[in-house]
Amino acid sequence: MTTTLAKSEQDTTMTWPARDNLALEARKLDFFYGKNQSLFSVDLPVERNKITALIGPSGCGKSTLLRALNRIYDLYPGQHAIGRILLDGEDVLTDRKSLQRLRERVSLVVETGQGEQPIDEENVMRSGTDLARLRARVGMVFQKPTPFPMSIYDNVAFGVRLYQRKPKAEMDEIVHRALKRAALWEEVKDKLNSSGLGLSGGQQQRLCVARGIAVEPEVLLLDEPASALDPISSAKLEDTLMELKRDFTIVIVTHNLQQAARISDYTGFMYLGRMIEFGPTAELFSNPRAQQTRDYVTGRFG
Amino acid sequence: MFDRMMFRQFLNGAFVVACGLATLIALGALILILWSLVQQGLGGLDLKVFTMTQPAPGSVGGLSNAIVGSIFMCAWAMIFALVVGVLAGTWLAEYGGDTPYGHVVRFLNDVLLSAPSILVGLFVYELLVRPFHGFSAWAGAVALAFLATPIVTRTTEDILNLQAGALREAGMALGASKSFVIRKIIWKSARAGLVTGGLLGFARISGETAPLLFTSLGNQFFSTDMSHPMASLPTTIFQFALSAYDDWRRLAWAGALLIAVAVLSINIIGRALARETRRA
Repeated sequence: MTTTLAKSEQDTTMTWPARDNLALEARKLDFFYGKNQSLFSVDLPVERNKITALIGPSGCGKSTLLRALNRIYDLYPGQHAIGRILLDGEDVLTDRKSLQRLRERVSLVVETGQGEQPIDEENVMRSGTDLARLRARVGMVFQKPTPFPMSIYDNVAFGVRLYQRKPKAEMDEIVHRALKRAALWEEVKDKLNSSGLGLSGGQQQRLCVARGIAVEPEVLLLDEPASALDPISSAKLEDTLMELKRDFTIVIVTHNLQQAARISDYTGFMYLGRMIEFGPTAELFSNPRAQQTRDYVTGRFG
Repeated sequence: MFDRMMFRQFLNGAFVVACGLATLIALGALILILWSLVQQGLGGLDLKVFTMTQPAPGSVGGLSNAIVGSIFMCAWAMIFALVVGVLAGTWLAEYGGDTPYGHVVRFLNDVLLSAPSILVGLFVYELLVRPFHGFSAWAGAVALAFLATPIVTRTTEDILNLQAGALREAGMALGASKSFVIRKIIWKSARAGLVTGGLLGFARISGETAPLLFTSLGNQFFSTDMSHPMASLPTTIFQFALSAYDDWRRLAWAGALLIAVAVLSINIIGRALARETRRA
């Protein structure tokens, strides 16, 4: 496999958060759907207990980037990522294939004499490839609400039960707490045993948030979570996220620029598979440095 | 312009009338069948049908041996068909469906789906009856299972493919393994469809006569021994309906009505159950 190198570095404008406070980080990440490359050397720093928003026109790769972060793309044999993803400094892309590709690339870099950080093999080995553990630490909420066909209670308990067997009272407390934090408790407390499918779309989405945070992940990834919701449900979800960032680190992909401006601390603007600009949200929206960002946030294209 | 409009309206009307007529013909045939079945069957239907075994011509009797035999063989066949069919369908939908081997399996399943049941009967005759020197209810159950399995497999695959990919991803995103997601989430959300597959399979085999003639043969006595020949409703109906005795023919009609009612009620119960579990 030959990889296009460095082609991308030309026009990325990054303002990095403090390095020592990153929960999650993507470094020079390339992503492929089969032979089609859809991410080009993307860097993404995610600061702890902040909301990081990814914006950009359809097909720019923001969802792809998000889906790489918990390796959910692993489900599909044709898709693969090359590069580094660090969760608390530990490598995420540690399966055999990713490693081999990364080594090929690093050796290519050494041959061509361009500077690149060598892989910290020891770190890679130590962090292992336990997908279940990774996904317990990095939760995900999808565009369309995905309640499981079971009771509200069981929905929330589902993830917890995968990892631990808890006594009933303790589980009750976990479910209660997760629903409360997802701002759903008041609406469902009397019908915990009825099906999650009977809730409204907005409630279902908050149920999915509750399910995601019940396992106490470090990072919560949200892929356009409000796009299928009406404005009121959407506002409720935003409030929930603002509350949640006290305990969790949040990465959200959104088509809604106002939403990104309202709730996020950092924003990354992506275009055609590249990270065009990344920085504090206020700065990126009021004073974008890249021309493309300026055009996009002022509504000139996209 | 006007003519063209008229023509279109006429065409539209003609199409609707044609569709309506076709529906009427199909429904009419169905109603006629059901009507004659009820009319003729009800006459022979009384408590003795359930309590007594098949009579000699001219004496009093019922169909209890055939009823019990049918229940036994259909039940074993469905257990086999559901286990194999659901697992095979799941494999096709979730794991190997896109591999060359998966394509072969799907194709063979489709062939089996339309295989003449008499061939299946002959096959099981060669497989189980001849080597073991005797007809048996086990052979009958296996033959019926061969007929029901492809239906369950096909329905399972189709219904699993209809389940949202996002649901699978959501399960995996929590850290569950693929098989866990399939068992705990996908099967659950597809339950109504899986039940339908089972019902279709059952409906297919409940009236099958040909494969049983070569395998379970039939038995005029009451028997629950699966390793010996066993009576069944279809074979008994076959035997009685062709006979010259009025009382046998009456019993044949009663048996046919019983099968129809059984398929219908199991359908209704199954669907109600599937809906119930979905709501829970």
